[in-house]
Amino acid sequence: MTKSTVLYDAPGPRALRRYRLIGAIAVVALIALAYVVVKVLYDNGQLEYEGVWEPFVTPAYMEIIWQGLLNTLKAAVFAILGALVYGVLFGIGKLSDHRLIRWPSWLVVEFFRAVPLLLLIIFSWALLDQQVDAAFYALVAGLILYNGSVLAEVFRAGINAVPKGQAEAAYALGMRKSQVMGSVLMPQAVRIMLPSIISQCIVALKDTSLGFVILAPGLTTVGRDIYREYKNYLATALVLLLIYLVINLLLDWLGRWVERKYSGGHKLNVTAVGVLGEEERQARAEVEAARQAATKGGAGTGAGGYQ
Amino acid sequence: MKIRRTKIAVIAAAAALALAGCGDAGDDDGGDGDGGSGGGFSPEVVSDASFDDGTRTAEIADAGTVKIGVKFDQPGIGFKSATSDTPEGFDPNMGKILAAKLGIEPDKIEWVETISDNREPFLQNSTVDFVIASYSITDERRQVVGQAGPYYVTGQQLLVAADDDSINGPDDLSGKKVCSVTGSTSIKTVEEEYGATPAGFDTYSECVEQLQSGSVDAVTTDGAILAGYAAEDPDNLKVVGEPFSEERYGIGYNKDAAGMCEFINETLEGAFEDGEWEAAFDDSLGKGGIDLPETPTPDPCP
Amino acid sequence: MDALTENWDLVLDGFVKTLQLLVGAGALALVIGTLVALFRVSPVPVLRGTGTVYVTIFRNSPLLVLLLITYYGLPQLGINPSFYWKVVLAMGLYTGAFVAESLRSGINGIPLGQAEASRSLGFTFGQTMTQVVLPQSFRNVVPPLASVFIALTKNTSLASSFGVAEATFRMKGLNNDYATERVVIFLGIALGYVIIVEAISFGAAMLERRWRAER
Repeated sequence: MTKSTVLYDAPGPRALRRYRLIGAIAVVALIALAYVVVKVLYDNGQLEYEGVWEPFVTPAYMEIIWQGLLNTLKAAVFAILGALVYGVLFGIGKLSDHRLIRWPSWLVVEFFRAVPLLLLIIFSWALLDQQVDAAFYALVAGLILYNGSVLAEVFRAGINAVPKGQAEAAYALGMRKSQVMGSVLMPQAVRIMLPSIISQCIVALKDTSLGFVILAPGLTTVGRDIYREYKNYLATALVLLLIYLVINLLLDWLGRWVERKYSGGHKLNVTAVGVLGEEERQARAEVEAARQAATKGGAGTGAGGYQ
Repeated sequence: MKIRRTKIAVIAAAAALALAGCGDAGDDDGGDGDGGSGGGFSPEVVSDASFDDGTRTAEIADAGTVKIGVKFDQPGIGFKSATSDTPEGFDPNMGKILAAKLGIEPDKIEWVETISDNREPFLQNSTVDFVIASYSITDERRQVVGQAGPYYVTGQQLLVAADDDSINGPDDLSGKKVCSVTGSTSIKTVEEEYGATPAGFDTYSECVEQLQSGSVDAVTTDGAILAGYAAEDPDNLKVVGEPFSEERYGIGYNKDAAGMCEFINETLEGAFEDGEWEAAFDDSLGKGGIDLPETPTPDPCP
Repeated sequence: MDALTENWDLVLDGFVKTLQLLVGAGALALVIGTLVALFRVSPVPVLRGTGTVYVTIFRNSPLLVLLLITYYGLPQLGINPSFYWKVVLAMGLYTGAFVAESLRSGINGIPLGQAEASRSLGFTFGQTMTQVVLPQSFRNVVPPLASVFIALTKNTSLASSFGVAEATFRMKGLNNDYATERVVIFLGIALGYVIIVEAISFGAAMLERRWRAER
């Protein structure tokens, strides 16, 4: 790893010695930090089993956490599916030749991207008369509006990233506009967009935690039930954190896997005559950049793919 | 091969987790937590309940089951632990009294969680038969739903730290940080009329937590709700001052349900007389050392 | 329209608090983000690893859970700052990870030849950084940083459930008092956020243009 980079040359023997020294100091500092953290936790009774960590290994509580997790995943899946439909519609809408379609699409997408997700969720819930049963749908509705608007940007950029010649060739063959979009542009664009779509899944999943605010069923709401009973706030929050981290890292890993699997080059790739592999990689970077620019947050500040 | 090994690892991890699932949190704190549906207060169930044909009460009695909306997050009033099936508190106890008069055993009651803002829709859509959820009687509400009672009279009060002598009533709130549920009327009142700095959270429990950690100076909402929290932690919390509003808790029902109001009022009056109301109170709010209030007089039915 | 016109002072006060949160959390995020970015590009493996772990954890954590930790977890450890600082801490730690990623991609976006040339001219490390690498990477990081701060602006809405009477808190209050005007209230508050978001976008575009002209 320690090759020459933009920041520093390949280290010589003296530099190496210095790096090792800094490394050793850093390790000591980290150990000291860990010690302090553990000590503070211990001194404040946060490492005790009974009443702090016990609920998380008690079957009844594991069961409700599992139910909460299922609800969270359910919300995330509905949200992503809905957002995909919404994103395709409005992404294509933004590319439409008709001004009457293009402008409203642009306005809708721009608006829902700029408004805090929490505001969308609270508003949706207010429209549903704030019924406890409806909280789940309000959460999903908010997530769809926000993530769909981000995905609309992704679709737009993805379709634009398909080389122009493709559409021209399709038109030359006498295809209709819808055919060009459906059978030529979309299939190629989806491949380019897939990693960005998965990154957006991570954002949506993290944002399901906002259900907490409107008492929608899910992990954070279950967490509230547990800490309300045991006052084990820190332990509960850490367990929630761990669950979210594990799922998100799995998703992230899936995203990289998809990227590797579908990145041009090794596969039998009809379009990859010569340079297209590289071109596609660049197109993918552009799509991801569009997604990140579009991810005007929600609770998830554009958790993009790691570049 | 690699996939296979991962699979085995996953199964092993799951098994380890299942084996580790041997904690018994919640079972050892005894007392009010366990006992399921039959626990605590149980009024005498009328065995030969009969009602006039065509009334909603007759339908419910025939069905043998009743849906009651209560709060799940207010100790003393209506509280359900995460793993328990049934809520406890004064409101659920009142629900049990109503059910008993309909000839329905406590374990045949279906408890539904309500929060402050969804009580009217719940009744209008017949999601529940009764709402007993610290539900103040107001003229606006009576436009859209039926409210019988009151069965308890309380008012907006203040919960403060037990060692805090600086706040004795709403007039002392100027510049103080006062917590209540975001969007509630209580928080609006203390900000606009008494100059407090509002701090909003999603539930009262979270406000109480903020008070216990010293992050806010007071929590405000109905005294009955605050009393429940004070009872849970009497060493650190106290309710101060006279109520600065009057909240009369009523029992909500669907306006179209014939005969409902008369049934509720009769039941309430009966319970006031035969001591069941007092028993319901003693089993819940009374446990925390709160004095039994005077019995209110139910409003006449419309 | 009554809901907004009669309560414009409350709404305005709410947005002032929103901006205060934005400034506080944004400043902390910049400090943390710069530090973590330096870690991530450092030649020392331990520091690089620390930076990577930090970014991985905080990017993949829900902000709400971090707020639960600063609001309910820290007091259990005897650490109890004011609501403002709890929000700033949670949002600063969270946003810092995104700032770090923006900065790092900005630095890595500089062609290697630039640094090699400056080193071959005999520049020291400090000179290479301040004269050659950083000025160019600033330009690269403006658009992604703007996205990060826009996201932060919107994220401050979470403080409405955590004791800060900012703009979203005001929307909830008005929603209850003026049940028939919910749409108007929503659009009004949303417009306030849109204005802040567009202002950041605009500022970023200006900066980018200025720095591009200097090239």
